[in-house]
Amino acid sequence: MTRNESIKTSEIDSRFKYEISKMHGGEKLLRCFQCGTCTSDCPVAKFSDTYRPRQIIRMAQFGMKDNVLKSDTLWLCASCFTCTDRCPQDVEVASVIRVLRNLAAEQGIVPQVFKDQCTSIMESGYAYKIPETRLKKRESQGLPPLPKGNVESICKSLKGVGFVDHVEGRGKQK
Amino acid sequence: MTTNKYLMFLGCAIPYRVAAFEVSARKVLHKLGVELVEMPEFNCCGLPLDPVSHEAMLILAARNLALAEQKGLPIITLCPGCAGTLKKVNQTLKEDRALREEVNRHLKEAGLEFKGTTDAKHMMQVLIEDVGLEKVKDMVVKPLTMLKVAEHNGCHILRPKEYIGFDDPEDPKTLKTLIEATGATCLDYLDETECCGAPSVGVSDKVALQLARDKLNHVKTVNARALITICPFCHIMYDTNELRIEKMFNETYGIPILHYPQLLGLAMGIKPEELGFSELKVNVSDLMRQVGEV
Repeated sequence: MTRNESIKTSEIDSRFKYEISKMHGGEKLLRCFQCGTCTSDCPVAKFSDTYRPRQIIRMAQFGMKDNVLKSDTLWLCASCFTCTDRCPQDVEVASVIRVLRNLAAEQGIVPQVFKDQCTSIMESGYAYKIPETRLKKRESQGLPPLPKGNVESICKSLKGVGFVDHVEGRGKQK
Repeated sequence: MTTNKYLMFLGCAIPYRVAAFEVSARKVLHKLGVELVEMPEFNCCGLPLDPVSHEAMLILAARNLALAEQKGLPIITLCPGCAGTLKKVNQTLKEDRALREEVNRHLKEAGLEFKGTTDAKHMMQVLIEDVGLEKVKDMVVKPLTMLKVAEHNGCHILRPKEYIGFDDPEDPKTLKTLIEATGATCLDYLDETECCGAPSVGVSDKVALQLARDKLNHVKTVNARALITICPFCHIMYDTNELRIEKMFNETYGIPILHYPQLLGLAMGIKPEELGFSELKVNVSDLMRQVGEV
């Protein structure tokens, strides 16, 4: 959203901040007093015209749920945890952003790069599909065979977590 | 002598495309008397699932920890992302009983249980804490005193401090100390602890590559002959992308990007061909001449 747009109260979810605060990593959202340390120290904000962690936190506090969850910038965070370590209010900014991503994922909003990794993990145990040539090359490099993922056990452990729907695009679309 | 025995946790990026890191690390660790047992029934550390489902990440990480507990061995990783994830989840589940019980309900479906009886360490932490700096120095037979290099730690080996904690995230010393153990000089430069940008690849390659370029500019400014990394993702960002960044931004770097165990291996007298140097994208021939390997 731009500086001159006004916030419509009809589009505010007043419970959103409490919803976030109940999630693991989002507990300290309300402590943020908007000092801006996160944005000024953020390596991504240095080069992105749109990614501003302070703004995301504020929008979350205001209850601008749709605006935040549908924002592309949410996925730009590099999870370097500089904001988390330097936040004077101990907000765990990177974790709040992760909570917001999880909530976006529940609505089926997940960038392709993350979907691909999830699918690969469910199918092989590894986040990437490791080509046969790589596996063969290990031998010539004197490396032991790659451990095989126990896909059945992985899927059993994740039963009921319900994110598979999102990565396979069966969730609500953006 | 106490034996240093660990379960080797490779993660995903290393077997996928960063073989030189594994090749050199295994060589060096073997020489230092570190025994590696292969990880059983592998799954990804869980980190790539965190943006989509924190719960799934916790379960996958806990599954790895539970498998390690069954083996009665601590985990060693080469990837700071894996080390960071496994450490964080291990500590969180040990402290948070309700969360542990919830995760264990899931693991029970696969006949597993997280008990909190193991530990996960990155190779760098193993070198400094378990092997010891003196032992590392003792094994150096060919000090690289002619070499001036720079280091890049990567984020997940430093932050969040609350969970990683073995080094100072604002002024990290471990990698510098380990580099200097090889006889090389480790140079200071601007924004040393800044992120390489790798996690933003695929979302915005432009932003990610600008982060990497910024780092290469700072390393070039101090005339470092090489940049030393300990993370597969950071290595990909700088080594695989260096030529791309040079073209994209009209820059010239020619800075070789070495995995730390490659540097240590050279100082231990291991031949470059045994340390995966041929896998590197940036030309290392000048560097090899400087260290007398041609």
